[in-house]
Amino acid sequence: MLNSLKKLKPGWGIVPVLIFLALWEIIARLNLTPGQFSFPPFSTVMVEFYNLAASGVLGDNFFASLTRVLIGFCAGSMAGLVVGTAMGWMEKLDKALHPIVSLLYPIPALGWLPLLMLWIGINEWLPITIIFICSFFPVLYNTVTGIRNVDKDYIRVARTLGASDFKILTTVVLPLALPNIFTGFRLEAGMAWRVIIAAEMVAIPTGIGALMMKAESLIRIDIIIVCLIVLAVMCLSFEKFFEFLETKMTARWR
Amino acid sequence: MPSIKLENICKYICRDVELEIKDRELLVLLGPSGAGKTTLLNIIAGLTDYQGSVLFDSQRVDKLPASKREVGYLFQDLFLFPHLDVSANIAYGLKARRQPHDGTEERVAELLHLMKISHLAERYPRHLSGGEKQRVALARALALSPRVLLLDEPLSSLDAQTAKYLRTELKQLQRKLGITTIYVTHDLAEAEEMADRIAVIQEGQLQQMGKPEDVFFSPINEAVSDFIGAPNILSCDRCQSLGQGVMEVDCGTMNIILPDDGNPVRRIALFPRDIYVSETMPPGPAVNRFQGVLTAIKPLGDAVRLEIKVGEHRLQAEVPHHIFEDMDLAVGKEVFLILKLRRIKFY
Repeated sequence: MLNSLKKLKPGWGIVPVLIFLALWEIIARLNLTPGQFSFPPFSTVMVEFYNLAASGVLGDNFFASLTRVLIGFCAGSMAGLVVGTAMGWMEKLDKALHPIVSLLYPIPALGWLPLLMLWIGINEWLPITIIFICSFFPVLYNTVTGIRNVDKDYIRVARTLGASDFKILTTVVLPLALPNIFTGFRLEAGMAWRVIIAAEMVAIPTGIGALMMKAESLIRIDIIIVCLIVLAVMCLSFEKFFEFLETKMTARWR
Repeated sequence: MPSIKLENICKYICRDVELEIKDRELLVLLGPSGAGKTTLLNIIAGLTDYQGSVLFDSQRVDKLPASKREVGYLFQDLFLFPHLDVSANIAYGLKARRQPHDGTEERVAELLHLMKISHLAERYPRHLSGGEKQRVALARALALSPRVLLLDEPLSSLDAQTAKYLRTELKQLQRKLGITTIYVTHDLAEAEEMADRIAVIQEGQLQQMGKPEDVFFSPINEAVSDFIGAPNILSCDRCQSLGQGVMEVDCGTMNIILPDDGNPVRRIALFPRDIYVSETMPPGPAVNRFQGVLTAIKPLGDAVRLEIKVGEHRLQAEVPHHIFEDMDLAVGKEVFLILKLRRIKFY
């Protein structure tokens, strides 16, 4: 059974999705869902998706969220990469910073929100800073782990071949740590979207999260579902992008 | 190529090691695991700190970091860079030392040709066999034309046939390039095949250093003798060629048939484990078959050492414990011996 399923062509993966959408449509049309508010059929959600897109509301809010995610994620992950590389490569620095990182890393990104609202105020920098924090620590942690996991004998080999420390770091250690580093990127690329939505729902008046909160106050379940679909697609796209990048950069030798 | 001298080297298990390797020589460091062989290589390569002095051509190199010692090092596990293809692995040192890139491609091509791996240039290490990896690692170590080549059990992970083939090639290459080389192994046969001289090291102490025949026939102490397998040494009075690639040598009351390499034989080493012992006369031709009397039985861990009097000689033979238990041997009993022809060492 399992083998015959594995033999199915990739296109067959769409079948469960179509069944799910058909069930959704039928259940919603027959009003079989519990609760006091009606559950909109998939077709209604798609119509609303079109309306929101055509009116520009969806685009404006989407680009607001996307800009925050891109700025926060790029800055956070680059900073995590640089600090993580320094910590992974320099043992003394690692010993000095490790206790601080260990304390701060477990704090959920949204846990910083009240503090940041007081420090930064409610403006564009608030969600960007939240995303920065959300991206910084995991990328840092995975970079340190990746560098530490590189077999020391590769470094010794490079040393006997006359390579300087900087050369060893850039041509041996970082390439071999790439799989770990990409794990950090991949996990946090999706997480950044989850966090930005939460931050916008709580504190920021623009963006997909804010649009969801407005829809909630108007009891527009169809708009909420449109936002959830956008969120799901963006989480998945970001994760897949880094998965693709990782495969592109490491598949030849792994 | 330089001569290498180690003076009063102390590190981990190594204590006051003094060692001198001649220019262009292939010295085999022979010893059991944990004897300090790899530590000595790391010290020569500058990969670890140490007490004492390392001299290349009478010049102290203790202050030089590994990257400046011009040493080619072949690690036991090779450690080819998995993210670089064969050409890039070989070129790594050339690029790392910022040598003019003009010459890099030519040098890589030259090494690929020398090691007969030109067809593998664009492959990644994970797609190479054990023997191919070995050649790539050696090419990489040779790329910078090192003054000294250090080989740490380089063939230990290969099957016996490939290892034997590569040993021959390695030896030829070392002769051709004339690089002063230190080859680490715990395998006696490998040491004998490769070495100009052998240095036996045990528990961080240099026990004996000399030509392979010196180590085999004149082990300096019991520790060396035990490590090389405590061979029975027989002096030869006379030898004569029998044609067809064999000769007969007279060792007192024993006439032994040996492969004939055209050189006269002076001494023979028979390793106890290479003497086959039987209670009954073994079938087949009576070549290298002798009759003797068991004079002593000594258990040795998983084997049993037997002392057998054959004419004027008292030979030590070794049988595995489980085989000994199936036999009905006792002191004073007559037994038959067969010397395994290909295992007899002679010089």
